[in-house]
Amino acid sequence: MKRSPLAILSLLLALGGLILPAGGDGGVLAQMAPTVIFVAAAVAVFVARSTFSLVALLLLVHVGAFMLLGMLSSFAAAPPLLGYWCMVVAAWLLAWLAVQRLAEFTVTSRQLQKLVNLALPLLFGAWLLILWELVVRGFGVPTILLPPPSMIASRIAASVPTLWADFQQTYLKAALAGYAMGCGAGFVAAIIVDRVPFLRNGLLPIGNLVAALPVVGIAPIMVMWFGSYWQSKAAVVVIMTFFPMLVNTVAGLAASGAMERDLMRTYGSSYWQTLVKLRLPAAMPFIFNALKINSTLALIGAIVAEFFGSPIVGMGFRISAEVGRMNVDMVWAEIFVAALAGSLSYGLITLVERAVTFWHPSYRT
Amino acid sequence: MAVVALQQKTRAAADLARRNVIEVKDLSLVFQTSDGPVNALSNIDLEVEAGEFVSFIGPSGCGKTTLLRVIADLEQPTSGAITVNGMSPSEAREKRAYGYVFQAAALYPWRTISGNISLPLEVMGISKEERRQRIARNLELVNLSGFEKKFPWQLSGGMQQRASIARALSFDPDLLLMDEPFGALDEIVRDHLNEQLLKLWAKTQKTVIFVTHSIPEAVFLSTKIVVMSPRPGRIHEIIDCDLGAERPLDIRETPKFLEIAHRVREGLRHGHSYDEVHA
Repeated sequence: MKRSPLAILSLLLALGGLILPAGGDGGVLAQMAPTVIFVAAAVAVFVARSTFSLVALLLLVHVGAFMLLGMLSSFAAAPPLLGYWCMVVAAWLLAWLAVQRLAEFTVTSRQLQKLVNLALPLLFGAWLLILWELVVRGFGVPTILLPPPSMIASRIAASVPTLWADFQQTYLKAALAGYAMGCGAGFVAAIIVDRVPFLRNGLLPIGNLVAALPVVGIAPIMVMWFGSYWQSKAAVVVIMTFFPMLVNTVAGLAASGAMERDLMRTYGSSYWQTLVKLRLPAAMPFIFNALKINSTLALIGAIVAEFFGSPIVGMGFRISAEVGRMNVDMVWAEIFVAALAGSLSYGLITLVERAVTFWHPSYRT
Repeated sequence: MAVVALQQKTRAAADLARRNVIEVKDLSLVFQTSDGPVNALSNIDLEVEAGEFVSFIGPSGCGKTTLLRVIADLEQPTSGAITVNGMSPSEAREKRAYGYVFQAAALYPWRTISGNISLPLEVMGISKEERRQRIARNLELVNLSGFEKKFPWQLSGGMQQRASIARALSFDPDLLLMDEPFGALDEIVRDHLNEQLLKLWAKTQKTVIFVTHSIPEAVFLSTKIVVMSPRPGRIHEIIDCDLGAERPLDIRETPKFLEIAHRVREGLRHGHSYDEVHA
């Protein structure tokens, strides 16, 4: 069996963890962690690859990781010593190795394959958080620079009503309304531009100009026009999302082939029949492209616009206010909510896209 | 002898009753390009009778596809007269006088095979029940029954082209315009589809205009072969191809077939050398 250098290195580091002092209070966790990590490394190096060894490795490395996390609270007086960091790096390498083996793992059942495909990004994300926590707290990084994930999590748990109110204000009202109006207007404008050729030369450059306007310039103006409540933020989002939809839909409407259009012509098809039966379906990949770009732009626009005047609720308002009060954990909590909302909406649009453009070469099965 | 004479007589009578589906008189088409005007078609005269199978053959640039597109009202002639079913091509197109089969199948990938065949019927406002019947009938005609629910990209090239023929036939036009429909397929599939096309033609009694650059294909399928030559695109010669209705694949080894093929080849060569002399 070929031993991977990753496994051998982790075994050496785990050995370091066994021998070198880790610091802290020398409690139960401190006594057990080096052994668990050493056993995990031994499994990685010496046990032949099998489902069993993979499961054992995954279990051991995560038990080890949680012991390392548990030990953090004992470093209040003095920072951890070299032995501790040996274990951290060993556990990280082992987790890396486990994920790598999991990715190479061949499963026959389709359900199980789905589970593995889901587990990979989850493990990846979990280890990002684990290392963040270990490094920030282990090295005693000031929380104002970077709070540990545990602190952000407890802040989120403690401020659910505030976060929900902000989310409602910024996402459910401003971003969604602006997104719907901006995308809808862009789509309708694209159909008009396509139908009236001179507009293509007249309107598109103006649209280009609007797209180049900076949010920080538009937002205060929109606040003056529409007041400081969510309508002004929605207006900013409309301006930001209009142009990507316009340009993409115009390109999409031109995407159908000459032969396909000639075909409709031989049927004596009307403009609207050709639009509905050929050109819009062919434009769908482009339209969904715009919908995805805009889902990100809408959230950014709504948050940034709140910096320029808003009621005392909203994600952007909260971020700017809490930064001023040095409550960085609350800022991170809002960032987390924004990231979660952004990825979920993006994911949702991608799902719909797959259902609608299943025929596109990039999705065909 | 008497029987043969009688047959010829009845045929002559039938010929008299025949009407011209397409009449082209002194038609020319000049494309304005950045390199100056290009004479795509020059002084074309042509008559096609109902029930005929006419092939346009010639090298690239001879205007055979352009002539087909003029008949289909996809290109506008610069001068001359053309009627399709006694109407202008644009009226004929609006009346859905013809089905057009392109070089590629041009099936819409977001529609199933039956959805694609349903497309012209939907455009023409035919009821759902009628559509269902016609889809089934035409898929059977091209031997694609059972593939209704498949998407075009799940089918082979030959099957896709058969589906596109079923689509062109679905609204039952009397005239079928085919632009090198089997050009992209390999020879074995092509032979097979040629045989099927002949059977289809015999069964449906449609008028077919077929663009090709394959001499055997033209001779095998046609009742009349229009040999064209390039620069300017024009008709060099019209050759009758009276091989009879029954044409098994091995008719291609008979002396009669070879003789007609030879005439077509001579015609093509002559048209081409003429071109070189004047180039």
